[in-house]
Amino acid sequence: MKHAPDAAGHYGTFGGRYVGETLMPALIELEAAFRAAMADPAFRDEYHAMLKDYVGRPSPLYLAQRLTAHFGGAKIYLKREDLNHTGAHKVNNTIGQGLLARRMGKRRLMAETGAGQHGVATATVAALLGMECDVYMGEEDIKRQAPNVKRMELLKATVVPVRSGTRTLKDAMSEALRAWTAEVRTTFYVIGSVAGPHPYPMMVRKFQRVIGDEARAQILEKEKRLPDAVVACVGGGSNAAGIFSGFLDDAGVQLIGVEAGGHGIASGAHAASIAGGQIGILHGSRSYVLQDKSGQIQNAHSISAGLDYPGVGPEHAYWAQTGRASYVPVTDTEALAMFHMLTELEGIIPALESAHAVVEAGRRAQALGKSGIVIANLSGRGDKDLDSVLAMGGMGKL
Amino acid sequence: MNRIDQTFAELKRAGRKGLVGYLTAGDPTLAESEAQIRAAIESGLDVLELGVPFSDPTADGPVIQEASMRALAAGTNLCEVLALVKRLRKDFQIPIVLFGYSNPFYSYGFEAIAADTAAAGADGLLVVDMPFEESEELRKPLNKHGLHFVPLIAPTTPAARAAMILNGSGGFAYYIMVTGVTGARARVADDLTEHLQALRGVTALPIAVGFGVSDGAQARAAATHADAVVVGSALVRAAQEKRVAALVKDLRAGLDG
Repeated sequence: MKHAPDAAGHYGTFGGRYVGETLMPALIELEAAFRAAMADPAFRDEYHAMLKDYVGRPSPLYLAQRLTAHFGGAKIYLKREDLNHTGAHKVNNTIGQGLLARRMGKRRLMAETGAGQHGVATATVAALLGMECDVYMGEEDIKRQAPNVKRMELLKATVVPVRSGTRTLKDAMSEALRAWTAEVRTTFYVIGSVAGPHPYPMMVRKFQRVIGDEARAQILEKEKRLPDAVVACVGGGSNAAGIFSGFLDDAGVQLIGVEAGGHGIASGAHAASIAGGQIGILHGSRSYVLQDKSGQIQNAHSISAGLDYPGVGPEHAYWAQTGRASYVPVTDTEALAMFHMLTELEGIIPALESAHAVVEAGRRAQALGKSGIVIANLSGRGDKDLDSVLAMGGMGKL
Repeated sequence: MNRIDQTFAELKRAGRKGLVGYLTAGDPTLAESEAQIRAAIESGLDVLELGVPFSDPTADGPVIQEASMRALAAGTNLCEVLALVKRLRKDFQIPIVLFGYSNPFYSYGFEAIAADTAAAGADGLLVVDMPFEESEELRKPLNKHGLHFVPLIAPTTPAARAAMILNGSGGFAYYIMVTGVTGARARVADDLTEHLQALRGVTALPIAVGFGVSDGAQARAAATHADAVVVGSALVRAAQEKRVAALVKDLRAGLDG
């Protein structure tokens, strides 16, 4: 199976570079710099050393015995990206892009963020490398994810509130693209997902594939065989692309992406671009997009700010089309119930995003039966969600 | 002959600088925008860029973003924009370029939009988030219907890349004077002359310069080495304040004076 996009960043009919001309030369330069860096052993060594000593990798692959017993089926393993420095998988990518920015001589980073995890991870790397950092964040998300805003401010990043549109991740990304257009000569734009124009989907997946490479080696060591299914949540899709990367060539391993089903696909209030959207062009690439019949982008809805986005990375669209991965929705209510369940059964407070994946892992475990093995990517920890979950009172507790 | 080519040929013969004006269709309603567009044309525009509103205009500053949101709130869609073109075409021979973002055109269908744009009487498309590399599937049907794919060139575009883009495009080259989004600027960019001279070396297409021009004096300065000047955000704001005719006359005087 051929994985890399073509020379212009297309995955089949998806992907590409749909940006203003001002940004095109920067994208071409970025791609060349990225390829040169990845071909340089010194760059790769520094990146991997940082992942080990600064992030704390490898992250454990943990057999969740009480969760497994609860569902009564296949063994459920959790890939513990929540234990990374800064609390999520996002830092794997920001370290890679931060080192690349430094190599390219850039002194400033900028990023968009939804849940704030990518913003924190970018601000962290900016602090580490002594760079300035602007983080674009929707005003609605600033309210939902207050602890992460404080963390970014402590790290001396400037959190720029975005007041246009829905004031969530979609608008933060639009505003970040505008700001980058003005500052493109001096600033490195750190995109946090496998979305946006080429080379970002390719680059972010390369910086996240460490999750899948580790998980594959770990499960072979523990179980002497590959898992039956690998499950991960998908907003833009970086943690899913990262863990799937380890198993793409293992045809027997089912890859399942979990989209945010919000109040249910039929309600129209969801963030499931593959399950409930059509092919369109948004934020630099062609993929599945939530849109109306005139091609206007529609608002997404999810309980989790990190999944609340009306698009999805183009390679996921490609995997959905080719059948290499399948994509299913999980609702707000189901995710919230799992947030509590995992906390009570395993002593692990998951990010609301990651709780979506664990819901589907439970379903797959039941379907596979006791001889099966499922890996769920626990992409982040739930500390950032405590305020919003507690504000809901007992809602979602079963 | 495409009306864009005709207009630039006439401007050249007359030794005049062209005035390209942008207004968002449907801002704040279709009827009101039509009245403002008619006033702008009657006051002396040479080319109309008719903005097709989009929910996520990532290359636009606040003025055009807000105009798009007002137009969408009024329910403006591409079919209505094409109907507006038809009405304008009954009364005016001015070249009309539909100016917008990829997704509404993609959603309509590239073949269909080319056919219907030609049938409505417009002369080209300018798609701000569709760089040359992604444009072939739109350029083909446009060319088939005698329409131009109007290219953007930025200050960041190297000369070899500009040559590649301009070889495959038509109508005029839209040179973006500043690295940034649309919107008025205090002054015209310093490196403009140098960039335009480089462009002249690689294309015979007329060159229009835009992004940041808001009055007659700026238009005059920007037009020194160009064939035309594009005015967008300033015109959108003037339309809101119902003083489009006065602004167009000021720009015209700046260019002609």
